[in-house]
Amino acid sequence: MKSLRHVWALILVLFAGIVPLGAEATVPAAAGGAASRLLTMSPIDLVIIVLYFLVVLGIGFYLKKYTSTGEDFFMAGRKMTAWIAGLSFISANLSSLETMGWSAMAYQYGMLGAHAYLIGAIPAILFLAVVMMPFYYICKTHSVPGYLKLRFGEASRSLAGISFSIMTVLVCGVNMFAMAKVMQMMLGWNFDLCIWVSSITVAVYVALGGLLSAVFNEVLQFFLIWLGTLLIPILGLIEAGGWSKMMASINAQHPGQNFTSLWANLGSAASNPMGMHWTGMVFGLGLAVSFGYWCTDFLQVQRVMAAKSLRSAQNGTIIGSVFKMLVPLIVTIPGLLGLAVLTQKAGITLVPESVAQTTGGHSYNEVLPLMMSRYLGPGLLGLGITAMIAGFMSGMAGNVSAFATVWTYDVYKPLLNKTASDAHYVSMGRWSSIIGVIIAILTAYTAKFFSNILVYLQVLVMFFIIPLFGVVILGMLWKRASPAGGFWGFLSGILSSIGMFVYVHLFPGRFDPAQLNPEHVKHIALSPLARDMAVNMYSALWSLLICMSVTVLVSLFTKPKPDAELKDLVYGLTRLPEEGHCPWYQKPVLWAGVVMVVLIAVNVLFW
Amino acid sequence: MEKKRQIEIWFFIGGLLGIYGILILGTGIAHWIHPPVKQLALSHLHSDVWWGILLTAIGIVYCIKYWPFKEAPQAKSKR
Repeated sequence: MKSLRHVWALILVLFAGIVPLGAEATVPAAAGGAASRLLTMSPIDLVIIVLYFLVVLGIGFYLKKYTSTGEDFFMAGRKMTAWIAGLSFISANLSSLETMGWSAMAYQYGMLGAHAYLIGAIPAILFLAVVMMPFYYICKTHSVPGYLKLRFGEASRSLAGISFSIMTVLVCGVNMFAMAKVMQMMLGWNFDLCIWVSSITVAVYVALGGLLSAVFNEVLQFFLIWLGTLLIPILGLIEAGGWSKMMASINAQHPGQNFTSLWANLGSAASNPMGMHWTGMVFGLGLAVSFGYWCTDFLQVQRVMAAKSLRSAQNGTIIGSVFKMLVPLIVTIPGLLGLAVLTQKAGITLVPESVAQTTGGHSYNEVLPLMMSRYLGPGLLGLGITAMIAGFMSGMAGNVSAFATVWTYDVYKPLLNKTASDAHYVSMGRWSSIIGVIIAILTAYTAKFFSNILVYLQVLVMFFIIPLFGVVILGMLWKRASPAGGFWGFLSGILSSIGMFVYVHLFPGRFDPAQLNPEHVKHIALSPLARDMAVNMYSALWSLLICMSVTVLVSLFTKPKPDAELKDLVYGLTRLPEEGHCPWYQKPVLWAGVVMVVLIAVNVLFW
Repeated sequence: MEKKRQIEIWFFIGGLLGIYGILILGTGIAHWIHPPVKQLALSHLHSDVWWGILLTAIGIVYCIKYWPFKEAPQAKSKR
């Protein structure tokens, strides 16, 4: 109880530093000078936010006593039900970086932004559930790099472990940066203190309760994110006069440009605002980015690996896919409503971040906060802001808990201290959670080099995760894939990703990560018109193909592992465990089929 | 060593949503009776009142269903 009192006092002190006092305070200039804050909070909003922090920290303290072993701390005891695993799986992905970023995408690119939740997620999630999960689950590894160790050996595991550790702390830093920026922009909160309060909270509850605490908070955050933001599309559609009037308004404001189709405008790069051909959407987003992210990003996979049985892991993943398909309701529609309502009724036109910084206007990334400021009054605003904070913190906590696991089991244990006790590794997990957060704080400011915060995230994912998928999927499905093939394929994929990123931002005599060179872009994305998103999709596709090609070629000339060592790791050498009688309505394959049919129907409906 | 029975996450969710619902509902009713000077878009719909009721209802249902201080099913059957 004493420690809880200290936490309460700390929160009050920190909030006193963060929040401008007085609900009717005059609007101060945000740091940087250009923009004023969008919203003024009332005391009730502050109470709602403080309550959230208290509950989150309370859960961390409460769960500490349930995380005494490595299995408890890193895998939540492998006792999660399908619903908890599934909601945590999807919540870890539903960070505010994601919701704000994709709302901005919807404002910039129209309905094309929804692809991230349809072809850009659902087939991959279902593939994870039906095809890959049995391998992850049966081999009882703690992590995806751990699978690489079993399948390809120590070199591949070390490369994956180190690169994943770097990626997670960078992404965590981006989340912090985005959160502080949003809170500063919306509420005039102190930028640095926002970073410290959120990061200390995440560090405390992950360090105390490990994955169990992260999962609990992610499920809580799932409810807050939905209930805090769902009112925006509901009220927005009422104000816009319904779906068809919203679409008509968007079309009227952008004559000659198609913002309202999923596929009809992807025939050529010139016919859509993203500058992307349909092949980039299908093979770049739908295959490379999506499968890489959903099937091998350990942040995601860890949540469902913690399920109590293989069937729960599979059904949890499928439950996650259903909610993923619903996310456009709270992300894409607010972006589209920004196009219809903000411009038409409020006279606000959003511009790229670089323009907003020089002119003092509002950037694409502000579309969701602007919609909040339009509809949410005292109390609801507090809930909306809490939803946003919850989203950022779930993103951070997801990265921190995954970092702690991969660092401890895939870097520290095999490379630095092989023989320590289980208690020592749990202690290392707790400390690495805290150190991971500190490193993330230091990296937070690198995000400012990029025009859209989500582009940065995709760049990081592209560097490490997509080649990882290439290696893992070949390892699971092709027993001839050799340890040397896996290592060199993975390394070549990473290097080619970084190489393409440098190439498209390279100008004669200079390198500018905020701008694309059309002369170079046309070689990567098949058109000089391609914008950030399109370039990333094609880069991902090429890096996946390079990675897989190198893996296959090197494997053909090197010695594979004997079959005896590949048992339970490779298709054809793995026997699924008997889980007893399963009624038809609990069969993962059935529900995966249903979700796939719904996905096709949605794509046809909004063609 | 046998571990103590954990409070389910659904109870935490119900508790927090219930408190949020009551706070938002109370604020909504107060603003319905004494409308603030600065009006938001669609404020005449009183979304805070309806949303507050929804949150309170979800909170109550979850708290009752997952109340942690009920007798464990095992203890019941032993008796």
